[in-house]
Amino acid sequence: MAPKGRTRTLFWLIILISFLALVIDLPQNLPLRFSWKNFTLDTQISRPDFNFSFGNFKFKKELELKQGLDLAGGSHLVFKAKMEGVAEEDRPAALDAARDNIERRVNFFGVSEPLVQTSKVGEEYRLIVELPGVTEIDQAIDLIGQTAQLDFREQESSDSAVFISTDLTGKDLKRSQVQFDPNTGQPTVSLEFNAEGADLFGQITTRNVGMIVGIFLDEQPVSLPRVDEPITSGQAIIRGDFTLEEAKKLSIQLNAGALPVPIEIIEQRNIGATLGQESIEKSVRAGLVGLLMVIGFMWALYGRLGFLADLGLIIYGLITLALYKLIPVTLTLPGMAGFILSVGMAVDANILIFERIKEEIRWGKQPREAMELGFGRAWDSIRDANICTLITCFILFNPFNWSFLNVSGMIRGFALTLGLGIFISLFTGIVVTRTLLRTFFIKKENKA
Amino acid sequence: MNFMKFKWLYFLLSALVLVPGMISLILFGLKPSIDFIGGSLLELKFEESQSPTTDYQKTIEETGFEVYSIQSSGEKEFLIRMKPITKDDVSLIKAALAEKFEEMPQEVRFETVGPTLGRELLIKTLIAILLAASTILGYVAWAFKKAKFGACAIIAMFHDSLVMLGIFSLLGHFYGVEVDTLFVTALLTILSFSVHDTVVVYDRIRESQKRHPGINFIDLVNKAITETLARSLNNSMTIIFMLLALYLLGGETIKWFIFALLIGTISGTYSSTFTAAPLLVIWDQIEAKVKKK
Repeated sequence: MAPKGRTRTLFWLIILISFLALVIDLPQNLPLRFSWKNFTLDTQISRPDFNFSFGNFKFKKELELKQGLDLAGGSHLVFKAKMEGVAEEDRPAALDAARDNIERRVNFFGVSEPLVQTSKVGEEYRLIVELPGVTEIDQAIDLIGQTAQLDFREQESSDSAVFISTDLTGKDLKRSQVQFDPNTGQPTVSLEFNAEGADLFGQITTRNVGMIVGIFLDEQPVSLPRVDEPITSGQAIIRGDFTLEEAKKLSIQLNAGALPVPIEIIEQRNIGATLGQESIEKSVRAGLVGLLMVIGFMWALYGRLGFLADLGLIIYGLITLALYKLIPVTLTLPGMAGFILSVGMAVDANILIFERIKEEIRWGKQPREAMELGFGRAWDSIRDANICTLITCFILFNPFNWSFLNVSGMIRGFALTLGLGIFISLFTGIVVTRTLLRTFFIKKENKA
Repeated sequence: MNFMKFKWLYFLLSALVLVPGMISLILFGLKPSIDFIGGSLLELKFEESQSPTTDYQKTIEETGFEVYSIQSSGEKEFLIRMKPITKDDVSLIKAALAEKFEEMPQEVRFETVGPTLGRELLIKTLIAILLAASTILGYVAWAFKKAKFGACAIIAMFHDSLVMLGIFSLLGHFYGVEVDTLFVTALLTILSFSVHDTVVVYDRIRESQKRHPGINFIDLVNKAITETLARSLNNSMTIIFMLLALYLLGGETIKWFIFALLIGTISGTYSSTFTAAPLLVIWDQIEAKVKKK
């Protein structure tokens, strides 16, 4: 039997956690309207923002539920990168460049939170693009599908901002890499030209010593280096006050021109926003009805014990939703199903315990002792049973991106919500319910 | 109660569900969605036009596209499945429908999956199922120190999978219900739920074995079932409540996913008491006979 002090501490801790979770769960603004006889209440509860700063440490968190494509509407596109024309060792760099290229073009559309991922399946390189909110994507596909155009331009005159195109373009560039200056240790960006490019670049740099040779990607300047001396070797280096990140970015942009990869669409899914909205409303309503049924069922079956389990279940709901916002979990339709299923499983721990308590009482134990024994003895079953579900969640979620398993966002959403649900339900089903039981039940019994 | 006396009855009941499903699986197989075989799925919506879907199909086919199937998916929406098409083709189809039925259809959903992608998913899915099954088998065998517990739990698990596969094969043949990625998710979830439920029963057998070393095995199993049946039913009821609410009130897109989970939950509850436990008894009897010889 746990010491009284510890139970009390736990009790207040649970109250605190539940309250924090409740605050996080609130929508940004919650209007409250209430009127009773002469008393009218018309106010709005605003959730405080989570912005902290301790010295250099700043913490800011947007507390909005992230919705997946199937709920918010949008497009999911999978492209295959055609790498036939690219040398084996340059392929990862070419894929990075292609991703950067797509990102740049997607940003041009003003899409909020686009997602561009790369993946390699067997010998095939792929690009996965998710565009929330965009369903008219004919244009998007056309634009994304174009390869990048890189060219080098000369200044019109020494103090002019006008650049004139030269014959040197991305196809003359072999590759670009990030290097470090051996003297200063600063990151620099190297350019390596092919024979024709070396020749052209030699001519351009000889003509333009002291002037700027602009590098343009899709008509936008990406670097404006000044020429120090003629470079005829075909190996150039761009120096500048680069951070490593900036140097990498520049190198990737140059590679987009040097290693252009044609892409081909192999999968596309468009989900209209209305379908998503309807699904959310329906699922939320279904979840609430289901929850009420479970609460009623537990109460009818186990009386006061069941009521405490219901409290635990509500706390479970609060904590889960708060975690979704904090992590954040992108909520998809299967994800919501996973959550709702985990509510059912959350109650299981309590049912196992309560049945055990009933049994111990039948075997002649005092209710108080039976309660403590029930929690202890049910643990083995609860553990073994939940480990099996966790194994399945692990395989479905595929956290290490093993290429022989699925990495579909939908299935992952389901596995994540179900797995989280099990962990939280173990906490609420055992720790929370036991503490509530000890606090309310045993106190009452002592009085009697 | 002497539950084990009727063990052949339980197997008969399982067979009544399993055999038609298995026959259907062998004869008709499953109806795979475009997730697995590649193709296009287009969902359109007409506000006004009330023509039967076969009329729409005719118009689309006259435009020059092969339609695999067409079915209504809501009051005003309908789903068209066909060979992989492009976004331009969608515009053509919409224009043709608009001309014929004097109303521009709204595009609700458009999905296209390349055929190689589909095959790849199929292989990955099979690997996932085998991996999950063998890991769970390993865990159960380790937790109960005896291979027979693990093996019987896995047989019960396959029982539930076959029930689901069989029923979906029948549904696919008679109602055109497709098997997609979500169905696989449901299948994997039920694999773990089935073992979850079985473990609780086995756990009680293990505990009783320790507490009453003298009692014969059948009595032990009977005792364990009597003690866990209420819990097993109550727990399944809560899950079934949630699923039923989702099935009746949830959206159209996850309807069959929820239905698969519902069948699996019912089968999983049944199998842990009426398949997994009797199997253990039979295994024990065979073991005893072999030892005598």
